[in-house]
This record gives sequence, structure tokens and C-alpha cells, in this order.
Amino acid sequence: MSDMTMTVSGGSGAQEALRFHVEEAHHPENATLLGFWLYLMSDCLIFACLFATYGVLGREYAGGPSAKEVLELPIVAVNTTLLLLSSITYGFAVLEMQLNRRGPMMAWLIVTWLLGAGFIGLELTEFTHLVSIGAGPGRSAFLSSFFTLVGTHGLHVTSGLIWMIVLLVQVGKKGLNPANKRRLMCLSMFWHFLDVVWVGVFSFVYLMGVLA
Amino acid sequence: MSDHTQPAHDDGHHEHVHDGVDQIHVSLKGYMTGFAAAAFLTILPFWLVMSGAFSKTGPADAFILLLAAVQIVVHMVYFLHLNARSEGGWNMLALVFTIVLVVITLSGSIWIMYHLNQNMMPSMMKNVQNLP
Repeated sequence: MSDMTMTVSGGSGAQEALRFHVEEAHHPENATLLGFWLYLMSDCLIFACLFATYGVLGREYAGGPSAKEVLELPIVAVNTTLLLLSSITYGFAVLEMQLNRRGPMMAWLIVTWLLGAGFIGLELTEFTHLVSIGAGPGRSAFLSSFFTLVGTHGLHVTSGLIWMIVLLVQVGKKGLNPANKRRLMCLSMFWHFLDVVWVGVFSFVYLMGVLA
Repeated sequence: MSDHTQPAHDDGHHEHVHDGVDQIHVSLKGYMTGFAAAAFLTILPFWLVMSGAFSKTGPADAFILLLAAVQIVVHMVYFLHLNARSEGGWNMLALVFTIVLVVITLSGSIWIMYHLNQNMMPSMMKNVQNLP
């Protein structure tokens, strides 16, 4: 492949041959972000199935507590705030990344991590409280689908937090090289995507559940 | 990659700043606009529900879902930097395809299952009544 490019670059059509080669060289970089987007879209389908399950089973209380009785909006309001703030702080991290300022970038990433960890901490508190009052996932179809949907989102956020630690270590060791920037953009997409899913969760599960 | 192509690679990088990671145009203004809109679209439904302004479920549910849909679009545009041109339109195409699947999954499941409920309930109720 490189031999061919060299022979052609000796000829008259050097510019075109080189440009063709450059576009090929950049292709993998593009493909990673597009591929990650496709993964997010397939993840979206997982959540669509879980939302559909909740939509079907969300009012089947089996004599157990209803959504109105067990879901506490103040906690959810704080959780939503934490996740939305973590989205904007990740945005600040991306802005610093594009300016190649490693220190501020890592600082914003740590702030994002703390906000995300706060979200998971509050969610775990809510879950343990629900289980302790006998409203665990085994109580009714409503609670099964609730724990599956909200828990799957929580697991995603937890993976995002682990990924963030890994990237903090990598950026700390190797700096803001193109590979790390690409990884940071993938995590950015993942993190903002989780906030999108959470918009669906707090609207469809919590707000509409409390209204019903 | 051979040494011959390396300088060309660098030149190309400066020419084609719209490739890969650099393709995504982020700005503080964009993030702050998105954040303000998302905050408003979050606070409004929470306030309406928590203050008790909403009592009926019908139109309230529709309004909450509408606000959620608008907020999802805000997140997509300002945080995920999605537009019709990103990745040569493939992002948008994948998104549209996914939305079609999501709508079929959600509306189909709810439609079918609630109609099944309607079909099942009378006979089940009869059985319950027939029980000693």
C-alpha cells in the first residue's frame, strides 16, 4: 500500500494520490466516534425495551405499594440536578481538552466524577430504603420493572464512573494525545447519553408515577 | 505508515480540521445555552408536580412527556453536538432509524398489552366471581 503511494507520488498526480491517502489515514478516527454513536443507539433500544416493560407493568401493584406511595420526588430532584450539573462540567472538561489544558481538564473531570458518584450514592440510598420497607424488586410487577429500568441506568452511570477513572489515569500518564482525546469524546457522548435517558426516567417513571 | 506520507498527514490535518474529534464544534456559549434550557425544562415539570399544580393525570402526563421530548432534543443538539452534517449524516440517519424502532417498541408494546388487558379482564373477572 505504502509502496504504491510512493511510486504514484513520483508521478504527475502526486497531490491527488496523497490527498486520497490522507483521507484514508483519517478514516479510523471518524469511524470510532460513529461506531460509538451506533453503540449508543443500540443501547437506546435496550432502554426502549425497559421503558416499554415499565409502561406495561408500571401500574400492576399486586396489592403492594403504588408509585405514589414509595417514590420520593425531593431525592429525585436532587439526583436530576447532580446529573445535569455533571453533564455541564463534562462539557467544561471537553472545552479545556480542546484548548489542550490538561490540568483544568482533569479538574473538571474529577468534579464530574464526584457529581456522578453523588448520583449513584443517592440512588443506592433510595434503593436500600425501598428494599428495607418491603418494596424490593420481588414485591410486585411495578417494582420489578422499576428496579430493572432505574437499576440498568444506574449500572451505566457506574460504568461511566469507572471509565472516567481509567481515562484520568491515562491522561495523567500520557497527556492529551489524539487517542486520549478520542476516548474523552466517546465518554462525553456516553455521559450525555445517560443524561438523555435520565430525562426519560424522571419524566416517565417518577413524575408520571407520582401523578397517577 | 511510511515516512513519505507523514508530512502529508500533518498537512492534511490542518486542511481537514473537520475530521474526527476536531469535527465537533464545542463552545462555552453552546454548553451554557443547553444547560439553561435543560435546567428550565427540568425545573418546570418538577415544580408543577411537586407544588400540586397538576391534579389530573391525562393532560398533565402529555405535558410532562412533551417537556421531556423537548429536553431530549436540547441535549442532543447542545451536549451531543448532533446535526445533519456530523459524520456525513450517518449519525442522524442512525438516530432516525433508532427513533423509529423506539416508537414501534414503546407504542406497540403499550397498545397491544393494554388491549390484551381489556380482552382478558372480563373473563378473568368471571372466573374470580365463580370461585367459591
